[in-house]
Amino acid sequence: MLAVENLEVVYEDVILVLKGVSLSVPEGGIVALLGANGAGKTTVLRAITGLLDIHRGEVTKGKVTLDDRPIHHLSAPQTVAAGIGQVMEGRRTFVEFTVEENLRIGAHTAERGTVEANLDRVYTLFPRLAERRRQVSGYLSGGEQQMLVIGRALMAQPRVLLLDEPSLGLAPLIVQQIRDLIVDINQQGTSVLLVEQNANMALSIASHGYILETGKVVMDKPADVLREDEDVREFYLGLREEGASSFRDVKHYKRRKRWLS
Amino acid sequence: MELLSVVLSVLVRGVGIGSTYALLAVGFVIIYRATDVVNFAQPALMILGSYFTALYVHNAGMPFPVAVIAAMATMAVIGALTERVALRPMVGEPPFSAAMVTVGVFFALFILSFRLIGTNPISTGEPWGFARLVVGDFEFRQIDIARTVLSLGAIGLTGLFLQRSKAGLAMRATAMDQETALAQGVNVGRMFGLSWAISGALAALAGVMISAGSGGTVPLDAFIALKALPVIILGGLDSIKGSVVAGLIIGVVEAIALSFNTTLTPLIGENFYLVVPYIIMILALMVRPYGLFGTAEVQRV
Repeated sequence: MLAVENLEVVYEDVILVLKGVSLSVPEGGIVALLGANGAGKTTVLRAITGLLDIHRGEVTKGKVTLDDRPIHHLSAPQTVAAGIGQVMEGRRTFVEFTVEENLRIGAHTAERGTVEANLDRVYTLFPRLAERRRQVSGYLSGGEQQMLVIGRALMAQPRVLLLDEPSLGLAPLIVQQIRDLIVDINQQGTSVLLVEQNANMALSIASHGYILETGKVVMDKPADVLREDEDVREFYLGLREEGASSFRDVKHYKRRKRWLS
Repeated sequence: MELLSVVLSVLVRGVGIGSTYALLAVGFVIIYRATDVVNFAQPALMILGSYFTALYVHNAGMPFPVAVIAAMATMAVIGALTERVALRPMVGEPPFSAAMVTVGVFFALFILSFRLIGTNPISTGEPWGFARLVVGDFEFRQIDIARTVLSLGAIGLTGLFLQRSKAGLAMRATAMDQETALAQGVNVGRMFGLSWAISGALAALAGVMISAGSGGTVPLDAFIALKALPVIILGGLDSIKGSVVAGLIIGVVEAIALSFNTTLTPLIGENFYLVVPYIIMILALMVRPYGLFGTAEVQRV
């Protein structure tokens, strides 16, 4: 189980970004972390994966544990070796590498003997990548690149997969494909922490959801409860009780998007 | 026949010295690609490489080829140490500041090499000297053949390492996107060290190749290594292929200028050939600032 407890993160020694965030990803579960821009979602992921220091950030309080073993002071390569796989926001393929080279670099920390078997697994999961294994990855479509970076993360056989906005900038149909693939990957035994702005997609597959707002978890409920929650429906799913009403009737002052404070 | 023989010998000489320039340039390119820093300490690493070869031959009694390999290993260690001590603290600082640090490292190592070598040339005990190779009607200097084969061979091996090996893949990934490489579990600091180690080893070999076929090594030979600058400008700072092509072009043009030296002397004075690489560099900068094979910097308009 991956657990984040009371995490506080400060950037540049002064900017307090996370103000005591707690969440947990149970073994074999899918957990969604939702929130608007700037809420601190990516910072949570950086704290888990040891990428804070290159952004001049620091964990000042709290801890991150993987099966009760603290991992928030490990370097990025060490967290990968510990079993945390990560797909960063904005795809970030190595654009000059071929598809296969991209996958092989994902297996950097893996044992030599596992590489071929994992390549097979990824190619079975993403047949599109198998067709294009010799192509330069920069020329793939957005959806294929997203599949590639997910496959790249799988090459290290992570126990927990962190996905940072895998739906970003993709067409609705492709988003559905990606969503189904996440479910497949989860069923093969990898726990998933899904960070999303697309709450609809995330809550449709997650068992539990957290809503992050300006560095605090403001809601922590099972996904089906969140889906029915009035505030979540309005602010994250874009649904209103009256249905699709005219924008003329929208009254911003009626209920502000705040739970605390 | 006479003309053909002259042309051929000029070409062989040019290719020989050109491949050595290419070898030096590849050292610059590898560090630049991995760390975005132009390593001005490369010439000093080269001189220390010849020094260690001479040391191993004369003091340890090693045969020449073994001594060269041992010197390459020594310089790999010194290169990696230099990176760890002087350059690692500069990670995250502007590349220009880091480049200035390498200038400091250059002077420190350069002065060290004066201390170690002294004023008299030292000999690396290389087997070629002024020996010649006669093929039919043609006659070549052996050293030119040795330079070509060994330099291009070393570059080829380096290229193969970068292209095929796991560490090479990780190095190229680091060069492209450090954060993403970190997220794949690549130890980026170790890759920086590895790039310096490779450059150090290549510099050592280049040092031996440069001083071979002359009277020996003196510390001032370091300035020959500056010929790598025109090569990397012409070939492109981030391209190994470019270094090879540009190294050969500059070597051959220099050899041609050298062969016309006596004709040119009354017109423009002696040793015009020494300036030729830099003239090519200026032309390259005017026409194609990112080099023949370099990546043109992408700019949004």
